[in-house]
Amino acid sequence: MQNSTSDKVFSFFNYFFLAIIALLILYPLYFVVSASFSNPAYILTGEMWLWPKGFNLDAYKKVFANEDIVNGFINTLKYTTFGTLINVIMTIMAAYPLSRKDFYGRNVIMAIFVFTMFFGGGLIPTYLLIRDLGMIDTFWVMVIPNAVAVWNIIIMRTFFQTTIPLELQESAQIDGCGNIRILINIVLPLSMPVIAVMVLFYAVGHWNSYFHALIYLSDKENFPLQLVLREILIKGEMDEMIKANSESFFKQQLSVEGLKYAVLIVSNLPMMILYPFLQRYFVKGFMVGSIKG
Amino acid sequence: MEKIVQNKTSIQHTSLSEIKTEASLSKWTILKKSFRKNWDLYLLISPVIAYFIIFHYLPLYGIQIAFKDFIATKGIWDSPWVGMKHFERFFDSYYFWRLIKNTLGIGIYTLAISFPIPIIIALMLNEVRNSKFKKFVQTVIYAPHFLSTVVVVGMLMLFLKSDGLINQVITLVGGTPIDFMTEAGWFKTLYVFSDVWQTMGWSSIIYLAALTAVDHSQHEAAMIDGASRIQRIWYINIPAIMPTIVILFILNAGSVMSVGFEKVFLMQNSLNMSTSDVISTFVYRSGILEAQYSFSAAVGLFNSIINFIMLVMVNYFAKKINNTSLW
Repeated sequence: MQNSTSDKVFSFFNYFFLAIIALLILYPLYFVVSASFSNPAYILTGEMWLWPKGFNLDAYKKVFANEDIVNGFINTLKYTTFGTLINVIMTIMAAYPLSRKDFYGRNVIMAIFVFTMFFGGGLIPTYLLIRDLGMIDTFWVMVIPNAVAVWNIIIMRTFFQTTIPLELQESAQIDGCGNIRILINIVLPLSMPVIAVMVLFYAVGHWNSYFHALIYLSDKENFPLQLVLREILIKGEMDEMIKANSESFFKQQLSVEGLKYAVLIVSNLPMMILYPFLQRYFVKGFMVGSIKG
Repeated sequence: MEKIVQNKTSIQHTSLSEIKTEASLSKWTILKKSFRKNWDLYLLISPVIAYFIIFHYLPLYGIQIAFKDFIATKGIWDSPWVGMKHFERFFDSYYFWRLIKNTLGIGIYTLAISFPIPIIIALMLNEVRNSKFKKFVQTVIYAPHFLSTVVVVGMLMLFLKSDGLINQVITLVGGTPIDFMTEAGWFKTLYVFSDVWQTMGWSSIIYLAALTAVDHSQHEAAMIDGASRIQRIWYINIPAIMPTIVILFILNAGSVMSVGFEKVFLMQNSLNMSTSDVISTFVYRSGILEAQYSFSAAVGLFNSIINFIMLVMVNYFAKKINNTSLW
């Protein structure tokens, strides 16, 4: 209207800065992709900065020939699958009773759960407990101590309360349908969107976590991918930085340089493939949780 | 309902103790009734309750080792009490002020930078009329949220090492390369800005959602009065999302002392320890690596108590200012 020129200027800068922000996020990601296909010598000299230079797949061959990485990948796949399964089942088992108004004691139980979000025993007492339970270096330590997240129980309970019509459950009850059958035959089929969100949240969490494994696993055979990644990307890099960069070091560095980029790609492959399709579910799930908590 | 009314009317002519037993009795009967009707629901939730008791409440029992000298062969209960010895040792140690300074420093730095940026991004995205562009930007800026900490720190190192991309650019324009990752002075800045890179998009979602609730007629009225877009953002959009901003600010302010372990630990090395050592990494080192269980449990307890107090305080202020609280 009156200020249309100043609005146009505003609009221009708005688009301009947003485009720059998007570029700042996209470029590092793109660089990694490009570098993984390039000859490492060009990366270290700075000649490769946009398109892959000296295109080759050697780095990927090295990744798949590396036993630690392949083993880590398989381990992570196991932890993620079983862990997520346990997570989702446990979340449903907690959220459904808590969503029912006729479930006496639900406030007390909820308080017991929520308190753990704010105060806990801390790292050392938890570690001692897990050790006493004999879970160190077992498969179970990766899926049991984090079997359910309070925040996700809240999200799912809120979903049950707000989107599953109470009348539907009541009429089923009158027809002589038991609670468990109501849950399985009526509530869960209507809850697929929130279950999908839960699967995604938990699965991403398992896939990306390294802390648990760092504390409770010492046998390399059990290491998840993230710990293997840490050894290659971070420990290796630290050693390089702390040691002087001598000439003889350069050759050795060259051989792992390409592998680092390729392993970044491989470790994120499942997420990269799924992300564009799942993005809106993530956002939706995030909103369900934040509107009503 | 009827029972409660009955209870209330009976208050007038019964003594206090009688009311108490009656009230507890009625609670008991409600529980029994509910249990008879919904026993399967109680059964359903019991494994989850068991999980919380074992993995979240049993460790609370283990906190006592912070006041004892834990001896593995004697167990938690039979180890001798030593009072505040471990706390005193921590407070007197050379590390104490360094840890507080770093933990608080990272927390405040993060709050100052990582908190406002998502708000600005949400306000900017809200002004975009071209839906394709908007969708594209959103897809891109949410993506880093799903990268793991190891991947983000790994990328940071690849880009910032002495012959990495950033230093190549620096030498290209005639500067001298900087050893970002090993220079103590750079640690907090790298920590905060890589955090901004990873989380700014995702954190803006909540503000974007709050902005969709803004009444469009307000904008129309303002436009008729000749308000520019910047004026409309300033006088309509920002006040509209102010409650969300306040709540999130208070929540974030409450966690300034609980800097996460994962990223700091990965970025830490022997050369930047003076600025990168925080309470959680210290607990890991002295507890898990050096097996000083009692001492590090005391340090951890000290940190959890501070976090808890801050949360309670913050919740109190939130209640006062906004009438919103966590409990």
